[in-house]
Parts: sequence; C-alpha cells; structure tokens
Amino acid sequence: MAAKSRILVLGATSAIAERWCRLRAAAGDSLLLVGRDGERLAAIADDLRARGAGNVLTATEDLADTGGADGRFTAWVQTLGGVDIVLLAYGTLGDQPEAQRDTAALLKGIQANFTSAVVWCELAGRALELAGAGTLVALSSVAGDRGRRTNYAYGAAKAGLSAYLEGMAHRFAGSEVTVICVKPGFVVTPMTAHIDGRGGPLWATPEQVAEDIQKAIEKRKPQIYTRWFWFFVMLIIRNLPRPLFNRMKI
Amino acid sequence: MREDLGVLAWGRAHRGRHVVADPAVRADAGPAARETAKAGGSTLAHGLGRSYGDSGLNLGGGLVRMAGLDRLIAFDRETGLLRADAGISLDALLKVTVPAGWFLPVTPGTKFVTLGGALANDVHGKNHHLAGSFGRHVTRFGLWRSDRGEAGAEIECSPGENANLFALTIGGLGLTGIVTWIEFRLERIPSSHLYVENIPVDGLDAFFDLAERSLDWPFTVAWVDTLARGDRLGRGIFSRASWAEGGGFTAHSGGGPRMPIDAPGGLLNSVTVGAFNRLYRARPGARFQGRQHYDPFFYPLDRLRDWNRMYGPRGFYQWQCAVPVDSMREATRTLLDTVAASGDASFLAVLKTFGDVPSPGILSFPMPGATLALDFANRGQETLSLLARLDRVVAEVGGRLYPAKDGRLPQAMFRAGFPRWSDLEAVRDPILMSSFWRRMTEEA
Repeated sequence: MAAKSRILVLGATSAIAERWCRLRAAAGDSLLLVGRDGERLAAIADDLRARGAGNVLTATEDLADTGGADGRFTAWVQTLGGVDIVLLAYGTLGDQPEAQRDTAALLKGIQANFTSAVVWCELAGRALELAGAGTLVALSSVAGDRGRRTNYAYGAAKAGLSAYLEGMAHRFAGSEVTVICVKPGFVVTPMTAHIDGRGGPLWATPEQVAEDIQKAIEKRKPQIYTRWFWFFVMLIIRNLPRPLFNRMKI
Repeated sequence: MREDLGVLAWGRAHRGRHVVADPAVRADAGPAARETAKAGGSTLAHGLGRSYGDSGLNLGGGLVRMAGLDRLIAFDRETGLLRADAGISLDALLKVTVPAGWFLPVTPGTKFVTLGGALANDVHGKNHHLAGSFGRHVTRFGLWRSDRGEAGAEIECSPGENANLFALTIGGLGLTGIVTWIEFRLERIPSSHLYVENIPVDGLDAFFDLAERSLDWPFTVAWVDTLARGDRLGRGIFSRASWAEGGGFTAHSGGGPRMPIDAPGGLLNSVTVGAFNRLYRARPGARFQGRQHYDPFFYPLDRLRDWNRMYGPRGFYQWQCAVPVDSMREATRTLLDTVAASGDASFLAVLKTFGDVPSPGILSFPMPGATLALDFANRGQETLSLLARLDRVVAEVGGRLYPAKDGRLPQAMFRAGFPRWSDLEAVRDPILMSSFWRRMTEEA
C-alpha cells in the first residue's frame, strides 16, 4: 500500500465494505462511497476522514437501479479523478420462501444480486482497462457454489456473479487489471442478524473478512474464500453425493 | 430485536434473559431503546460487558448493545480533540490515535471497554493521582432521552449546556439517557513506550511511603500478595512509570490467545494462588526497570482473552473499594488482614493511591485516598460473607465501593457511599434501568 489509491465503493454501508475502507483510510487513500442511505454514508465518511483517509466523497444512489448506468459510472470516476480500485459490496440475502411465492421478490433479488452487479462490474472493467491498471473486487458468496433448498434464489444470483467475475479475470489475465471474486461464508453483519447460531466457530467478523480481502488485493488472487476454511467446507458440499445431499436440510 | 440468554457480565455470576437490539448507526440507538423498553419493560445501553456485576445488565428487561456504533466523528491531530460514537472500544481508538502521537488521557486496566462505558463508570487509571478520572477530560457528549419530544430526542451535554445532566451522566451508570457520542481530549505522548520501574515492597508502610515519594510519576500502581500475613502484610510489587522519549509510535497489535473453555471450578484456590504469588514476586520482571510498550504495561490481562473463564463455571466476584486519605493506611491493613485470615486467596489484588483531582461526575467513584481491588472465585455463601466483612471495614471509615465491579453491594452501603444517589434517580430516563439500580433503589 505504498502509493495512495483512488477507490470507488459500491455499497459502502455494507459492514464488510466499511471495515475494508477503514484499512484503506489508515493508508491515506481517497474514496467515493456509493449507497442508498445518505445519512449513514455521511457517518462512514466522517469516520474514514478521522482515520486518516485522503478525500472522502459520497453519492446517495440506488445501485440496484441500473438506469443511466454508463453515465453514472463515468461521473463517479470523474469525481474521484480516476480510479484504481473498485469494490462492489452490496447485495441482499432475501427470503427463499418469499422468492418461491412472489415473482416480484424473486426478480428484485436477481436484479440486486446479479443483473445490476454485473453491469457495474463490466463498467468497472472498462474503466480499469482504459486506465491500463487497477483492481475490481466483488463480494459474491459461498452460497453460489451449490444450489441448496434454503437459499437458492440468492445462491443462483451469486453463482452467476461468480461466473461473470471468473470470465472477467480470464479476460484480463496477464494484464495489469486484476479481477477478484470474494466468497465469504457466514459473517456477523446486520445482513445475518436473524440467523440462529450466529457467532459460532464457522462465523467470521467483518474485520477478518476485510483483512482477507486486503490480502487478496495485495497478492492479486482471482478468487478467495473467507475465512479460508470455507474452501474445504464448500469442496465437501459440492461433492456430496446427491442421495446424501438431498437428505440434508441445508 | 430478539431474545438473548447469553449476555453475561464479566464476573459471570449473573445470568438471565434480555431482549436485545443491535443498532448499527447513532440515529437507530434511540428507537432501539424505545423498542426494547416496550418489549422488556425497561432497557439499558450495554457496551462490551466488562462491568463485573449487574450494573451493565438489565435481567429480564431490554438491552441496547452499543458496540455497532463504533465510528469516529472527528479527530483533530493538532489539538488531540476527538469525537466518536459511544460504542467504539478503547482498543479501536488507540489503533488510530497512537500512530498520530496521542493516547487516552485516562485508561482503565483493559482496552476492551467502550467510550460510553468509560463515561458511565467514570473510569480511573494508574494516573489518577495527577489526571483524575476519565470524566475530567470529557468536553461534551450527545444524550438521547426518551422524554424529549414525541419519540425521544438527542440533546448535547457539556459543562455549559445541560450542566446537571452532564455531571450526573459522568459516573451515572448509563441511567440518564443513551449516550450516543462523546468528545474528549487526548494526551500527547512522546512515543508508544513507557519507562517503567518495578520495585518489590516488603509491607504496607513501605508501599504507602513509596507511593508518596512517587507522586511526580504519572503512573503508579501496586500488586499485593494477599496471602502474606503479619509483618509481611501488604508485601507486593510497586510499579511506576512515565512516557519515554523516542522509539516511534506503534499501536498494539491484535489479540493474544483466548481462554477457550471454562476452567474447572476451584482451579484458583489458596494453593495455586500462593504458588503463583511466589513465582510472580521471584520472576525477573518483579525488579524490571526499563522501556516497555504501553500494551503490556496498561493492559497485562488483555493478553489472555476471556481470562475471566479461569474462575470456572460459577464465575467470580470482584470487590473494589475507595477509602479516604486520613484512614487509608489503617483501613487497608484491616482489609488485607481480613482477607489473609479468611484463607481465601485473591488472585488479583491491586492497590493504588487516588489523588485529589476532582471529577465533574456527581456519582464518580474515586475519592482522595486509596483504592484496593480484589477478586474471589464464587464459592457461594462463604465468599459473600467475606465480602460483607470487607464492606464493614469500608463503611466504618466512610469509604465506598465501585458499582462497575459489584454484583451484591448492600443498598444501605451504596447509599452511604454515594449520598447523592437520589439526584441520579431524579434525572434517570424513565425507560432506563439496570439490575444494579433496581437493587439500589427498590424499597425493602
């Protein structure tokens, strides 16, 4: 983290994004925080400034809405004066039974977690390609590794996002542009506040995930599981024989 | 908002159900207080759970967990004036301020407390004789009151604005409203290291004499071997320190090992504590003189996370008193005599002289004199009756006990020690309550 970076954060009120921004603020980077809740963005911006960030700007926008995406993305990059890192961190866990019942809810989740996300990723890819270097980091999920009855609407959208990022990483291989797909497991955040058993041994703090993201950026890894043991957990889950898998209530 | 059976105080001797809410931004703290109070009858702001007894709990009622409010609001690196959410930990603050050359003006013996907790208990540290308590360095704070406006509102408190609430919130045990943010002055430091002198002392008089001769040292404290009797009563290690020049500004790094499980009950008994005490006095560090980083000096117990589990599943009681200067030598002697005679060993016994720097807090714990902190494994009635004997010594000389450490203080003793307790009750936010305060105020 020698030179100061210009960072665009899409979904800056996410607990993981905020913790990662704190690491970058301490290094003196400049950030543009995009999210829906302006009051909360302002509080986060104050915090990052007090922690030593360079310029901290905010833009109150709904990222699930892709209307005028090209123009909006260009404006963000201009506001920042160029971009070195894009973090895409927003998403919605949704409710699986509701998605099964209610087509509007199903589409809303796909729009937030997949459709809009890949639009911003593609625009970030374009901007970084134009700049000749930079990093795109997007938060996907271990839920995308195998469709499961408890959350396949969310999982499928994240699987699509993971595949999209994998393709982008393939496209930029050998260049100075890095594309990173982050697959967190259970994380103690407001998004998971309703889940029973929160805080058990498989659960990570947003701080731990933020540190893993930072390491992935420094080492230019195209994909990480965080915490690391989720690689093995998902390896097992992906390879469970169907008869056994079908008996599980996961 | 949901039910939670797992909220514990640090002493782990009080257990029960709470309706908890975890606000993530300051604006949500007030509504979270209203909701949890509606569901639980009353509510209380809860930080990192380092209060030992029931002052940070509201058993059967609501609890607003504040640790999600962990943002800085402003930090002036030139003047050291810092404003932050009440839920931020001292641990997180130091990681920001130390590299910039600033330290907490007053710090308790653990960095895993929130700013709000530091204010509500008006915490003191090893520099009390010069710097006073934490509240003396607070310039203003935000206080959400349920009885302002239609749905509650935040007001600002400072010595010039809402002065009565300012003075009653410092040391006010979180009962005057939900403290949402705090502004205070940091202390400039020449490096992140201290120059430390550890000096073995043979008895209580030696301790008090050395404390008097060390008044110009910013930091002083002593560890006492509670098993020593007779001539050796008060034997221990006196420690004094001042900030050292040079060597840069390195914040502490992440946590050490955790205590993974409850130790078997009875692990800490007079035999094991006696062995520990002998080793502790004999180790080379007992005579250490030299440079030491602030982390091991101020926060030695933070290195073993969850050290409170050493006391086993029944938990333990901490007991800390303040006794006035005129009678401190005699009272301390009597207290240590009482402990030694009981044969019950206190693993951690800390003795320090308090100075006369006044706190703005009306219910602040420190008083000019001395403070002795002891802790005892919870052995039920036996432990409680020893504590009652210690209480009597303190009551006789007009001293008081520290609510943050307490889980069983008798009402009359509390009221005698804090005669202005009724001032706090008069301005208490009507929806706020703690298990401790219920005990102190309910009519017999």
